Parts: sequence; structure tokens; C-alpha cells
Amino acid sequence: MKAQVTVTLKSGILDPQGKAIESALKSLGIAGIASVRQGKVFEIEIADGDRAGVEAKLKDAAEKLLANTVIENYRIQINGQAA
Amino acid sequence: MRAAVIVFPGINRERDMARTLKLVSGREPAMVWHADTALPAGTDIVVLPGGFSYGDYLRCGAIAARAPIMAAVQAFAAKGGLVLGVCNGFQILCEAGLLPGVLMRNTQLKFICRDVHLRVERSDTPFTRGYNAGQVICVPTAHGEGNYVADADTIARLEGEGRVVFRYTAPQGAVAPEWNFNGATNAIAGIVNAGGNVLGMMPHPENHVEAALGPTDGRGLFQGLAEHLGRAA
Repeated sequence: MKAQVTVTLKSGILDPQGKAIESALKSLGIAGIASVRQGKVFEIEIADGDRAGVEAKLKDAAEKLLANTVIENYRIQINGQAA
Repeated sequence: MRAAVIVFPGINRERDMARTLKLVSGREPAMVWHADTALPAGTDIVVLPGGFSYGDYLRCGAIAARAPIMAAVQAFAAKGGLVLGVCNGFQILCEAGLLPGVLMRNTQLKFICRDVHLRVERSDTPFTRGYNAGQVICVPTAHGEGNYVADADTIARLEGEGRVVFRYTAPQGAVAPEWNFNGATNAIAGIVNAGGNVLGMMPHPENHVEAALGPTDGRGLFQGLAEHLGRAA
């Protein structure tokens, strides 16, 4: 099974890297950009199993390591579908 | 002082830390590998040094915080054992949940390596008994992710319980934005846990301990610890 875990900063958390990327995009003249927030995507191959079990394992992985839930949210997709 | 310095791959300040611990206490610390699962018998303080554990991959300190030795460090801290984390060590303590909050990228995105001034907010902790409350010390700093962030409730609790131990200030001790070089919330440079036995701080007191090399303001932290542990023994 293929899964994706996307980790993003919670709203209200200052994202200096996103700000720097935002100003670089503006300096490239790309019009209409209001703001940029940087996140991470983890592409994970995981042994087949029942969907609920796989989802539980990925949730465990996200909570324990992939995301720092003090500052970050995460969302899980399994085989292209939101978990 | 029977110190255990935890060594993670990518750490680079462990020798400075070991040298200072020996200088102040007269006893060589144990260097404990991250893959070990137990601290040496009789350890009375655990030190997480600075550096770039695991190349700062994922988030600073995130992978080190889940290393095998950290279960022993957690258990040691839960029993009231003293734990000191400096720089990457502070980041690891936050990632491990031993301290609240997180260290984010410095607001101006620069890695900052220079001497800074810290106001010691209280002298009644094992870590700061070598100083007077309100005293300003000069110690080096070297980090790109030292901007302390926590939710408003956590910050209020830290401030209310007097758990902010060091703050970035002007040389005379005033808090001002231009001296809060990394943008930390409330200019927080170091905090303790609720039990007061775990301290995390971004600057490096271990690098200002010998007159031959410049200021010695960092020495008070280690001397205070040695006295505290000597009295407890």
C-alpha cells in the first residue's frame, strides 16, 4: 500500500522559511501570491493490511515522529484517498 | 558530580562539555552512546550537548529524542534526576516532551554564532545557584533554530511558575527586541520543567569557563551544579 503523510504548520505559528519563499516568489514577479507556508510530505510504502489497521499505524507514526503536534498538523492519505 | 554526557551521531559539542565538567568537578564524565539503554550506575546528572544530531533531519532533535538511551533519560528525569540540555540538547528535550514548546527557525533565518547576554531570572535552582537573580552573564551562542515557541497557555504557565530561567537581554539586563536576536517568545533562552530538575538552554555556558579563552561567565552554572550535587551526596 502507498500512503502519504502531509505535515503542515498550525495556523498562527510563524513560518520564517515560508516567508522567505514567499518574498522570493514575489521577487520573481509571480503575481497574485498572498502567502506561502512550507510543509513536508512523507511518501510511505506500508505492508498491505486492513485499511483501519494501516491508518492506525500511520497515525502512530505521525504522532510519535513525523509531526510535532505542538506546532504541526498532519493528514494521512492511503492509496490516494484521505484517511 | 557523576555526569553522563549523551553522544548522538552528529553532535559536536560533547568534548567541550566533557572538558568543562571535568574542569569544574575534577571528575571525568561518562560518555554514553545513544544506542545504549542504561545510564552508568551512580549517574547524578545527565547532559545532552550541542551539535546537529542526525544532521537536524526531520526537525532539530526529533530523531535523537527517540533514541534508545532516551527511555533511560526519561526515567532518570521522572525520579528527579538532573538533566541539562544545551543548544541541540534543549531541542532534544523539547522533542522528547521533557520540556514544553519547540525551538523554531530564528526569525531572521540566520545561523547566529556570537556572544550574547543572558539575564539569570532566579538563583534558587540547582542550575543557577552559582549566580545571583538578575545577574547578566555573557555566553556564546551558535544556532539557527533557537526561537522558542509555545502556545499562549504554556507561556503563561512558564512565566507564572517562574520557570523561565534565562532570558536574552541587553548587557545591562533590559529585555528589548534588538537583543532578542532569534525572536524567541518573551526572549526566552532557557527554561526548567515543572519539577525544576530539567533545564534546557540555547546558549553554550560550557564555552566560557576559562580565563585564557575569554570570559568565564558560564562557569557559575557548572560550579553551582557541582556544589549542589556535592551537598546532596
